Formats: sequence, structure tokens, C-alpha cells
Amino acid sequence: MGLEEKLPAGFVLTTLESVVGYMRKASIWPATFGLACCAIEMMAVGTPDYDIARFGMERFSATPRQADLMIVAGRVSNKMAPVVRQVYDQMPNPKWVISMGVCASSGGMFNNYAIVQGVDHIIPVDIYLPGCPPRPEMLLNAIIELHDQIQNSKLGVNRVAAARAAEEAALRAVPTSLMPPTHDHGALTATPGRNLLA
Amino acid sequence: MADDKKGGFLSDLFAPVGGFGVTFATMFRKVATTEYPEVKRPTAQRFHGRHQLNRHPDGLEKCVGCELCAWACPADAILVEGANNDDASGQRFSPGERYGRVYQINYLRCIFCGLCIEACPTRALTMTNEYEIADNNRADLIFTKEQLLAPLQGGMVPAPHPMVQGMEERDYYLGKVSQATPEQKEWAQAHHAGDPQTQEATS
Repeated sequence: MGLEEKLPAGFVLTTLESVVGYMRKASIWPATFGLACCAIEMMAVGTPDYDIARFGMERFSATPRQADLMIVAGRVSNKMAPVVRQVYDQMPNPKWVISMGVCASSGGMFNNYAIVQGVDHIIPVDIYLPGCPPRPEMLLNAIIELHDQIQNSKLGVNRVAAARAAEEAALRAVPTSLMPPTHDHGALTATPGRNLLA
Repeated sequence: MADDKKGGFLSDLFAPVGGFGVTFATMFRKVATTEYPEVKRPTAQRFHGRHQLNRHPDGLEKCVGCELCAWACPADAILVEGANNDDASGQRFSPGERYGRVYQINYLRCIFCGLCIEACPTRALTMTNEYEIADNNRADLIFTKEQLLAPLQGGMVPAPHPMVQGMEERDYYLGKVSQATPEQKEWAQAHHAGDPQTQEATS
């Protein structure tokens, strides 16, 4: 895309990575995207008491086209899912997603037909934040975790290598049916690969 | 407006910048912001944070594997599998008959409502004030028993080890056990010599 794609892996690229990471993490603009009660806590983070502006997130962007971070705050219903995806697609790269609250992260207590069981079914999530709703400090903590992640993100050939390594690791992953049990079931100890329900 | 009284020359001159006076004065006011990562405002005393599995004063676990917490959980976040304590094979984790062999809480389901705490008959499960549990993948947010168990206090020896000599289950709940006895420490040292936690607790 830019200069970093042409640099060879090495000292120059890693220096550039840390500089770019530092710049990027210091000015992330979140998209205004409140879906439910978590949005109240997200708004609280904007108040002087918590002051999200300290982290370079000066204002919540009213258009996804000027946003870098999507804080999915609240349960995503099946009807809302395409909208979430569209807003995400409208954001320019690089972009990050915080899944705020248990409902966005896994469906939470709404284990039913109407709610998407985790927003990562629709969009890639960078940070999962538990809580129902998470207190404002928890969201700030998630943002700080995200800063770490952005600071350590790779560019250019290093990013390609990291993506390849991640893909290879995913391909090597054992299917859950063949995984060793996390705990033995006593008399019911399963032979690997055998379905206990069959 | 013809009726409006005109100000003097000076007030007219400074009127356009008069508003900045408020901005300027605000610079000397006390800042309301809590500088979060450096300064952590204490939570309410009974804040519902991360769970903790408590221990008896001698280090045996309080959880009896009854699964009442899992039944009470409205979000189905808790998985418990009980098992029998077995003195003969050295598998004594809690006083009494049963203990929780598998204990997992999925923090991406848990809504911190505290119904599990109310359901717990032995006060094995309580909540801490810790709230910083954000992570970048779903698997690591399923906390297992090792992560949930309370840290060892002074006088505790990590389970499994036998109960205090001459005590029965009810004595533990009557507060008759205050710390691990020398016999328990000896037993733990003989049977879990390689375990650093046991070493630290018994030395």
C-alpha cells in the first residue's frame, strides 16, 4: 500500500512498525455504535470523569468512514447483524473492533434464536471485554489492551509472515472431537475421536 | 433593538473575547478526571467482580461439587463436575464426601449477577473486586479451577491432603480448624514433594 510494503524485513521495518504503532494507537477514533445498555457505559467513558480523550479518542465519530475503532456495545440481534457488518465494511483500514460486554462477545445470557451468539461470527474481534455491562474502567482497560496490540502489530513482509504463521497454526489445529479431554470422565473416559452420544 | 442599553466603550471592546475568560478560569479549577490506569478508584465494597473459590483454613477446598451455582446461573456460564473424595488413594480435596473436580466459569457468558454466590451452600464461591479481565480471544476467558482458586494464606497447604486428625466435616464449618496441622504438612510433603506450592507452604 505504501512505503512499508517495499521495505525488506529487518531493522528499518521493525523501527517503522514501532513508530507507526505508536502513532496509530495514540489516535484511534471510535465509531458511534451503541446497541444496548453497554452504550450507556460507553457514553460514561466520554464524560470528564473517565475522559476517553486522554487516550487520543477525542470524539466518537458519527460516520464510520472517519472511524478506526468499532466498539460493539450491546447484544447484536440477527436483524442488526447485516447493519453491523456494513458499518464495519465502511470503516477504512486499519480498523479494530472491541466486543464490549458479554452479549456482544458470546451472546451472554441471551442464548436464543434472536441474538447473534458472539459478534465474531460477523466481524473479526480484537478485544473481548466481559461484564454486563462492563464498568467504564473495564472499557478503558480494554482500550489499553488494544493499544498494546496495535503497538505490536506487524507491517509489510512481517505482516504477511505473521498471517502465514497464524494460518499454518490454524490448519494444524486438532478438531475438537480429536482433542484430548480437558478432564477425565471416570468410567466414561472417551477414546479420542469417539462420539459419546453415538 | 432600539431599547437595548448600549454598554460603555470598554465593554464593547472586550465583548468578543469575554467568553474566553471562562475558558481561562477553568484552567485553574480542580480536574474531575480519575487518571484510570495509574489511579484506580476503589470499587464499591460489594462490587461484583471476578469469582474466587475459597479454601478452608487448612487449605482444603470449600467447594463440594454440588453444582448449585451452575443450576442457578441464568447465563449457563458455570460448568461443575463433582467427584468423590478418596482418602485411600490420597484424593482428598475437601472435607466431606464430594469435591468439585472440574470448575470452569466462562467470563464471556457470566453477567456478574451473583446468583451463584447466593446459591453456594458452603460459601465456597464468592466474588472479588477485580475487574480487569479483557482479553483477545474467547478461549482464555474460560477460567478454570486453578485460576479461580483463592491464593494460599498463611497456614494453608494446597489440596489434596487428609483432613485434620479427629475432625469431621461439620467441625470445619464450626470454625474448629484454624490451620494445617504438622501431620497434614508431613503428608503433603511426602506425597507432593515436587510441587513448588506445597514446598512453600510446608517449609
